[in-house]
Amino acid sequence: MTASETVSSATGGTPAAIEVRELHKSFGDLEVLKGIDFRVARGEVVCVIGPSGSGKSTLLRCVNRLEEPTSGQILIEGADITDIDADVDHLRSRIGMVFQSFNLFPHLSVLRNLTIAQRRVRGRSKAEARRVASENLDRVGLSDKIDAYPSHLSGGQQQRVAIARALSMDPDMMLFDEPTSALDPELVGEVLAVMRDLAQEGMTMMVVTHEMGFAKEVGDRVVFMDDGVVVEEGDPVQVLTDPRHERTQRFLKMVH
Amino acid sequence: MTATTANPSARRLSKRQQQRIIRGGLYVLFVAAVAGLLAVADWETIQRNFFNTELAREMFPDVLTIAARNTLLYTFLAFSFGLVFGLLLALMRLSSVAPYRWLATVYIEIFRGLPALLTIFLVGIGIPIAFGTRWPTLVTITLGLGIVAAAYMAETIRAGIEGVPKGQMEAARSLGMSYTRAMISIIIPQGFRIIIPPLTNELVLLIKDTSLLFVIGTTPATKELTKFGRDLLNLNANATPLIIVGAVYLMITIPLTQLVRVLERRNARSR
Repeated sequence: MTASETVSSATGGTPAAIEVRELHKSFGDLEVLKGIDFRVARGEVVCVIGPSGSGKSTLLRCVNRLEEPTSGQILIEGADITDIDADVDHLRSRIGMVFQSFNLFPHLSVLRNLTIAQRRVRGRSKAEARRVASENLDRVGLSDKIDAYPSHLSGGQQQRVAIARALSMDPDMMLFDEPTSALDPELVGEVLAVMRDLAQEGMTMMVVTHEMGFAKEVGDRVVFMDDGVVVEEGDPVQVLTDPRHERTQRFLKMVH
Repeated sequence: MTATTANPSARRLSKRQQQRIIRGGLYVLFVAAVAGLLAVADWETIQRNFFNTELAREMFPDVLTIAARNTLLYTFLAFSFGLVFGLLLALMRLSSVAPYRWLATVYIEIFRGLPALLTIFLVGIGIPIAFGTRWPTLVTITLGLGIVAAAYMAETIRAGIEGVPKGQMEAARSLGMSYTRAMISIIIPQGFRIIIPPLTNELVLLIKDTSLLFVIGTTPATKELTKFGRDLLNLNANATPLIIVGAVYLMITIPLTQLVRVLERRNARSR
């Protein structure tokens, strides 16, 4: 694969928000991703499902290079981020990420959680950062928690703050790594509601999830992964109710 | 509760009765020992040699304004040096560049393995003889104690940094922070919170280690507590000065160890 090919395909139309080509990732001898081709168009909501160990979280983490790909290409808005000269820090600041375990900064208040990267990375003024932070807290319905510390919030509230923190950087797209898997069942709904609003506002989203209902209702497309490859993808209702592949059928039978 | 009926060998005591007798015995032993000591002790000699009020009164205010002040000053200097240099060593040990890791490991292993006194001799006497130069006293003191303190603190700080969950670094990086920025704003502040109790313990050890500094020579103005007490001991052939400086040490160290206990209890509760 040469650089000229990259450029030609990128200029052939509007580049995809995320385009993954022939992606391989190994941890030592263990090959976790075995040649993934994958796209997310601008404004699209793509849900990635699959059994644990299928490589779906690794794929997501390669997209902002929290994991280094072993080989293959990842283009963000047409720019090759696997390039050695790529400005990874700048790239990451354009891609919001939400983790399974929230990963709020426990030593900082909610406000500081939302402003620290705006100030240190974006160079925004204190007042500007605060304005953006309170806007986004409002968006996730937690304006009253602006001065609270993470440890005083429920899991669902922490995850909503984490979403607001990512949004405060004005990202072009959002990555969700099993955002509700660590939550008590009664707290899942409030987080999914925030994500649904975000999708409706037109945010580009890649969501690794076990929430089939969410994938069916909110997703524009569902990708089923197993054993390091994309087995099947397509319209959520079709994939989730009438899967073509035997492996997808077996997986869906197990989760239902 | 009359299980004894099952045992025909008569007067077996219950567990509780046995314990009560043993505890009673211990109390009796304690009282007897104290009474014995009080009877045998030569009170007059003890008071003359250890609690000579006149001698004690003469020590003030110098014991506080010179000796205790110097002990605290030397501790502060060595601790500050140790903290900054220790943080640097800890970051080197965590570096992805192998030579930095080796260098830090070798340093830490050497200076944790040597007696502090040896390092003080080296910095205070060995190096000046070798190079024919003399550093200002405070520099010698800072290095003599700080070089060893840095080695200990480096390991403590490293443990603190490694104690911060991996997700914290990932979250910071995912927001576009550089590794250095994430370390400064996110990881190190949390790491230090974890290690305040062990660092306070190291501060207490350092306070006591300032007593080794007499070996590099002192003037009346640079004496710390132990040297101050020892000189008066020699001068008066009386141990009262040692009692006084000992009390001053404890006035400093006991509040600190109590503080550590409070902090540890609070840490344990918040986990």
